[in-house]
Amino acid sequence: MTELRFADVTVRYGRTTAVDGVSLLVPSGEIVGLVGESGSGKSTLARAAVGLAPLGGGRITMDGEPVPLRGRHRPLQMVFQDPYSSLDPRRTVGDSVAEAMPPGGSRAERRVEVQRLLELVHLDPARADAVPSRLSGGQRQRVALARALAARPRAVIADEITSALDVSVQGAVLNLVRELRRELGLSILFISHNLAVVRYVASRVVVLRGGRVVEQGPTAEVLTEPRHDYTRELLAAVPGRGARRSRT
Amino acid sequence: MPPASTRRWSRVARTPLALVAIALLVVVAALAVLGPVLWGADAEAVDTGNILAGPSARHWAGTDNLGRDIAARVLVASRLSVVLALLAVAIAVVVGLLLGTAPFLLGRGRAGRLVTAAVNIAVAFPGMLLALFFAVVFGVGATGAVMAIGLAGAPGFARLVQTLVSGVAARDFVAAARVAGVGRGRILVRHVLPNIAEPLVVNATIGAGTALLSFAGLSFLGLGVQSPSFDWGRLLYDGASALYLNPAAALVPGAAVLLAGLAFNLVGESVAKGLGVEGLGIEGLGVPVGSGRWVLPGRTAAPGPAHAAADAPDPADDVVLGVRDLAVSFRGPSGPVRPVRGVSFDVHRGESVGIVGESGCGKSLTALAVTRLLDDDARLEASRLHLLGTDLRAPQATADRRKLGTELAVVFQDPMTSLNPARRIGAQLAEVATHHQGMTRREAAARAVDRLDAVRIPDPGERARQYPHEFSGGMRQRAMIGMGLMGTPALIVADEPTTALDVTVQRQVLDLLSAVRDSDAVALLLISHDVAVVGEVCDRVLVMYAGRIVEDLPAAELATARHPYTRALVDAVPDMDTDLDEPLATIPGRPVDPADVPAGCAYAARCPLADARCRAQDPALVSDPHAPARRVACWHAGEPLPAERAVDLLVESP
Amino acid sequence: MTATVNAPPPPTDRRREPSPWLRFGARRVGRLLVSLFVLVTASFAMIHLIPGDPVRGALGPTAPAELVAARRQALGLDDPLLTQYLRYLEGLFTGDLGTSLSSQLPVSGIVAQRLPATLELAVLAFLAAVAVAIPLGVAMGVLTRRGHGRRTELAFTTGSIVVATVPDFLIGVGLVSVFGVGLGWLPGAGNDTPAAYVLPVIALAVGPAAILARIVRVEMVAVLEADYVRTARAKRLPARTVYLGHALPNAVTAALTLGGLLLGSMVAGTVLVENVFAWPGLGSTIVQSILTKDYPVVQAIVLVYGLGVLLANTAVDVALALLDPRSTIRED
Repeated sequence: MTELRFADVTVRYGRTTAVDGVSLLVPSGEIVGLVGESGSGKSTLARAAVGLAPLGGGRITMDGEPVPLRGRHRPLQMVFQDPYSSLDPRRTVGDSVAEAMPPGGSRAERRVEVQRLLELVHLDPARADAVPSRLSGGQRQRVALARALAARPRAVIADEITSALDVSVQGAVLNLVRELRRELGLSILFISHNLAVVRYVASRVVVLRGGRVVEQGPTAEVLTEPRHDYTRELLAAVPGRGARRSRT
Repeated sequence: MPPASTRRWSRVARTPLALVAIALLVVVAALAVLGPVLWGADAEAVDTGNILAGPSARHWAGTDNLGRDIAARVLVASRLSVVLALLAVAIAVVVGLLLGTAPFLLGRGRAGRLVTAAVNIAVAFPGMLLALFFAVVFGVGATGAVMAIGLAGAPGFARLVQTLVSGVAARDFVAAARVAGVGRGRILVRHVLPNIAEPLVVNATIGAGTALLSFAGLSFLGLGVQSPSFDWGRLLYDGASALYLNPAAALVPGAAVLLAGLAFNLVGESVAKGLGVEGLGIEGLGVPVGSGRWVLPGRTAAPGPAHAAADAPDPADDVVLGVRDLAVSFRGPSGPVRPVRGVSFDVHRGESVGIVGESGCGKSLTALAVTRLLDDDARLEASRLHLLGTDLRAPQATADRRKLGTELAVVFQDPMTSLNPARRIGAQLAEVATHHQGMTRREAAARAVDRLDAVRIPDPGERARQYPHEFSGGMRQRAMIGMGLMGTPALIVADEPTTALDVTVQRQVLDLLSAVRDSDAVALLLISHDVAVVGEVCDRVLVMYAGRIVEDLPAAELATARHPYTRALVDAVPDMDTDLDEPLATIPGRPVDPADVPAGCAYAARCPLADARCRAQDPALVSDPHAPARRVACWHAGEPLPAERAVDLLVESP
Repeated sequence: MTATVNAPPPPTDRRREPSPWLRFGARRVGRLLVSLFVLVTASFAMIHLIPGDPVRGALGPTAPAELVAARRQALGLDDPLLTQYLRYLEGLFTGDLGTSLSSQLPVSGIVAQRLPATLELAVLAFLAAVAVAIPLGVAMGVLTRRGHGRRTELAFTTGSIVVATVPDFLIGVGLVSVFGVGLGWLPGAGNDTPAAYVLPVIALAVGPAAILARIVRVEMVAVLEADYVRTARAKRLPARTVYLGHALPNAVTAALTLGGLLLGSMVAGTVLVENVFAWPGLGSTIVQSILTKDYPVVQAIVLVYGLGVLLANTAVDVALALLDPRSTIRED
């Protein structure tokens, strides 16, 4: 049981401020949706949390302790957007998953653990010996989830993990995310530009614009009674809502 | 199946050029090993009675100033020439690897940036200049020349390594390894180097050829190998001074250098070509090996009905676009691949029709085919393809081009790449008018500003003078639409026009398209993967699967679709009303590979209703007897889906 | 992949920045200055990097010790390194490049006398290479665009690799033996008549022309597959307008980036060609000076070559910025 907290986080690249004093909380065992358009700083915030972007100010903590960014113990893991880029094409699925596991254990024990993780994400354990090019986009994204879980994380950041997938497999990955939270009690920061997807998985929503939080709260509340103009604009833009625009 | 790498390597060895190059390299290597053993004595045999002689039966390349046989000396020199070149390239590779990987190992810190900057400065100076510099420092002679050529080659190699490393390092699997706590050194060895090994080997091979030739150059200047040792360059140097007496004395060692240099270069280049590694590129870097269906060139469309066209109904007058039995094929490694297999539909004046489907279902190719914008390697067949009264299967006359240029507007997916980066926006719009509408430059420019205004680009006069990179994504897409409005379009074909855009910008672009349609009876053919977008914008929806239309229905009736694929597609996408307590519907399996379309209904393998008949016979697209406006291609159209399958669907079958 | 929403973050800062041209200019000048500093320092350091005593090396082991000491004194080699460096810089600003060890003439005079011939050769060869390579590359690009001319492509690619592999001095030797010695049509040495320019310019231009033509073809093929060329086709423009109006400018700017390095390498390439044709330029001088260990001359000529390369690169960058406005905002 872990809460992930961003307190007044700022990230700068040169003269541009990508994230500007963002504070948000992922309560223990909950999924928090982070929405915003491209350039709003949502991916930068995620990358700062796992040490891939320089933290310019503020603190990112898990249960009050700073997120460890050195050594093999990494209780905060991240899943990336593009499953075609996030798996090394030269290594087997099993290798990629095993690499993220904490050191120790015999070869056989690690192999068993890889199989357990693949089953956890509903992949055939025999796939451990496959190379990524033999897998579909949805299957690759499950491997990426299994790899994140291999590190025994207490919290996970999912950065646009369904936006590179076809709609037919997007549903399966979303179902899996909900299932992992339910069964493992993971705290998840779920980044997406798609409000309908966020509505489906997240209990709380944070709206980011220009590197700043403009609104946050329980999903149902934010999406039905938005208080900020920008949130309203985002909601109005969701396709399929409002008047159909065919000419009749 | 053999691993992909084996297949790629065997493809390299199959080209005749590669075989010649490899044979040449083997000969060079054999000479380097055996040359001094076999001809060593001849090369040193002095014959003062026969100096500087021309070619003769005994000395077919003549003799040098001590009467030694030049041919034998050239053969013997191969060992020293090759060994020195390999030593030099080894120095270049080792120093290059150290400098090239240093920025990755040192991270974003000052030290890493310093190494990068130093390499950038060094690489600007040509190798010859660096070689001269180092030749002075290390002194004239073989050792100095090896160091000079090695170090002169190092910056170029370092730059290559840096580029390749940063290409791989930018990929998410490296980020994932870092997030998992894997150290930089370990990442370099496990993830980065294996992924750049191929281009490195290729470039080192080419580098060996270059070193060989450079070495000959230095020796030719007298700065390399010194007497009594001799390499090819030294023989060339001696021969050139006697050029007027015996040209062969210079030409034979010259030819030897050239052949050996070519052997290395051609082997490197053909391996690069076979593996898809461009000289300095990073293609072939773990890009999934596709079905290879673009490999062989195809002919442009040979118009002519492939299917009996007799039963095609005579389309009504208000048909803007009439398509019958449209097929698109490419030549594949094992027979033709047909990503579009018999598509028929009409778009009426003022109607908006959407085509939806997963990636690879053929929807974009259909859009390109009906606008005749397919690439040259695609082959198009149709029994009818009429756009605005023009038969697109025939070559287009100038009048047809003018009509299409003004009455058909096309909008593509990526507004970042669809406008010419080197030309001003206004000029890109204006040329439609100067080419097709007979306007002067001035009139056309004014029209372009007017059209930019019409697509709600603020300050259009100023904006027309800007370049695409000064526009935001949404503005570029609006400019594309404005380009289509230069004429008086009757049909807009938009291929995923909002996929690359943010939701709020997507909203603006969709609103703009609607406004354009409202103001005039403009028909729209909208291609999208997003059922919600199509459902909102279009009157009618065509659902494509594996290159065919499987269902054709009014957009308002998507909720009551009859094809199991359409139903799954609609249910799989969460919307703002999705039940939060139920898992989302999923479609098991993967889309059909166009190179391997199964018999029967292509969707059968993923369909919960499929039976033996589905797997044997492909259902035709037929009108619904109760609702003639609807067409569906399914043996089980409208049957209830078995409920208990929903849980199994969680597991994606291979 | 149609479902990717992978748009790179748009220009995050929409505030009015100082003109991109200004920043481009500042960055470019900055880089030039740093490179110049490195070049000057390297040419100064060269003489000190030589193992042993360069003066002893130059005068030979038999020279009397007093002569060596006097010569060292005259060159200022006994002063502290920093003093020597400052004096070197001062010399550069006043046009004093030192004195030749062998001829005792001022080095600046030697350079001034030899430089024009080298410049003529390099510039003429570069122009010849560009004039041949761009039309050839464009034509080949159009002929071998996707789905066309597999055999033409194979022949052209193989041919250009082979031609580019032949080093300029070998071409030179070949040309001299055929047209100079064999047929006697053209002079094979010196630069006294216009006809004497033909063979050296060809020898120097052939290789870079082959490389450049190959680059232009590859760029042209890539550009012809670009989305904006499809847009141009969608406008139903005549093929000529599509190729020359839309594809060519983009192919050439891309090729120019790599072609810039060629210009630099041609400056240095003159060394070998000059030696083949006994061309009275810097190239024959530097080789003689290296062999006679006349270090002040070598130092100065290396500096001049380096300067030529830097100026060539800068000129290409500026040309590129004028042709392709994006390059001014491209970080490097």
